[in-house]
Amino acid sequence: MTDAEPVLSLQNVHKAFGGVVAIEEFSLDLRAGQIVALVGDNGAGKSTLIKIISGVHTPTSGGIRLDGEPTAFADASSARSNGIEVVYQDLALADQQPVYMNMFLGRELTKQPFGLLDKSRMRQQTQTLVDELDIRIPSVNSTISDLSGGQRQGVAIARATHWASKLILLDEPTAALGVAETARVEELIISLKTKNLAILMVSHSLDQVFRLSDRICVLRRGVQIGIRETAKTDKNEIVSMITGVS
Amino acid sequence: MERLRSRSIGTDIQQWIVYIGFLAIFLFFALTLHDDGFLTQRNLTNIILQTAPATIMAVGLVFALSAGEIDLSFGSIVAVAALSAAVAMQHYSMPIGVIAGLAAGVFIGAFNGVLVAYLKLPSFLVTLATMGLFAGIARTMTDLRSIPVVNETFTGIFGSGKLFSIPSLVIWTAIAVIIGHLVYRHTKFGAHVLATGDNARAAQVSGIKVPRVRFYVLTICGACAGLAGLLYAGRLQAAKYTLGESDLMTVIAAVIVGGTALNGGKGSVMGALVGSVLMGMLNNGLILMNLKVSDQMIVRGLIILLAVAISLRDTKR
Ligand SMILES: Nc1ncnc2c1ncn2[C@@H]1O[C@H](COP(=O)(O)OP(=O)(O)OP(=O)(O)O)[C@@H](O)[C@H]1O
Ligand SMILES: [Mg+2]
Repeated sequence: MTDAEPVLSLQNVHKAFGGVVAIEEFSLDLRAGQIVALVGDNGAGKSTLIKIISGVHTPTSGGIRLDGEPTAFADASSARSNGIEVVYQDLALADQQPVYMNMFLGRELTKQPFGLLDKSRMRQQTQTLVDELDIRIPSVNSTISDLSGGQRQGVAIARATHWASKLILLDEPTAALGVAETARVEELIISLKTKNLAILMVSHSLDQVFRLSDRICVLRRGVQIGIRETAKTDKNEIVSMITGVS
Repeated sequence: MERLRSRSIGTDIQQWIVYIGFLAIFLFFALTLHDDGFLTQRNLTNIILQTAPATIMAVGLVFALSAGEIDLSFGSIVAVAALSAAVAMQHYSMPIGVIAGLAAGVFIGAFNGVLVAYLKLPSFLVTLATMGLFAGIARTMTDLRSIPVVNETFTGIFGSGKLFSIPSLVIWTAIAVIIGHLVYRHTKFGAHVLATGDNARAAQVSGIKVPRVRFYVLTICGACAGLAGLLYAGRLQAAKYTLGESDLMTVIAAVIVGGTALNGGKGSVMGALVGSVLMGMLNNGLILMNLKVSDQMIVRGLIILLAVAISLRDTKR
């Protein structure tokens, strides 16, 4: 598995906001079918890294390779059109719109001859996806604000899966969820591995990180402390890497 | 799941309020003003004709509110557009007059749009300022004078004319409402307007060009106000700086009562139409009741307050 070509690799990525250095120097390979967990304390730079990969921020220096090709994403749209989808820490869903419109937000399907919205095709494709991923919502016509936190996160992840062809970035996907809902979303994340997608996940829950990930990458105040194979490390080691106290 | 069902039925009732209110007020006037001629065909037609400009402005405002913006300047745009059309017609020709009126609306709307979308100023303040600015310009344009509109083609098309015995004002209203409804509910642009008003950040990261949406909705408001200005000029056969002056409250109330959220993400063009006719009926009924103008204003204000309170009840936070 580790010898497969990386889908995306970051090489010596450095990011500063004005004088503030958010990421010192960061390198990481992401491979299809693998979950990499990104951990670190508040302000370590995890969200900043996610935003660099998703095209929201451009790195101050360093390179990004997509399928081996050097790439620079001008904005979020260009990362998206390269098959990279993000599930944001604060959900990027439009609350008063139905599930199926959120699934196609900004990429609505239309039909000829007048280019009007093809709502029935959007509903139907959403239904298929929701069934496939076993996301339990009352209906694809439900308004997002009528759904529970777990159902919303399910919709956000389903949207990412629908559009991602290479990589899904998850920024604290279960931060706001209860125990049972977290378990559902974790099942969903594991099921994404079988879709041959690379997954990079930010999480503050080490239990979760150990349940889901193949590798763990630790950041501390913008410095990349190290990468460990999940099967070959333990919580104590990761905790001391995060805190710097051994 | 059952609970969710019943809840969505609850919100459906909310959407029907405008129709229920419409029926209630209609029945009230029908019973109390029966002898004063409320129910005569002539009076009912009159209500529809009088509300045409307000309904068209309401269509534009549905887009602005749904995108999370507001336009307070459309009343002033009406006056500038009507005066531009009237003056251009005096000096040139009727087609030039039409173009001048519509162009004035589009231009002022686009001006609001640039300030809001690209200079990132709040639309409430921008349009509050342009409301005053263009009210002033309307006054200086003709030194407070009223300009007669005598071109019969114009007053036919935009005023008293008929096509297949349907009054032209009704046709204009129908065109604006049908196109507005189609664009709002069945195009990408409509979906992007709703997404922008609902969660601008989500819209932005989903690739929707949020500033462009904001620019367009305010331009649409201007265009609708421009058309409303032409209709006023056509029906009254004159243009004056006072046109549109008293429409601000009526149009906003019509749109809110019609189910459009004040803070964006939700709305209805059809609801705005019904809301607008409801407001027209209210004006008409209060006049037939022989109330003094000051009393009319008080009663109308109170009823609008009540209607808006009922309409906004479920969006309380
Ligand atoms: N747009 C920005 N402008 C300036 N500084 C920023 C910006 N975004 C992030 N930073 C800074 O970069 C550092 C890393 O922030 P980041 O949001 O990546 O942390 P994080 O690891 O995601 O933290 P959390 O666990 O709290 O989500 C912080 O010091 C933050 O203040
Ligand atoms: Mg973060």
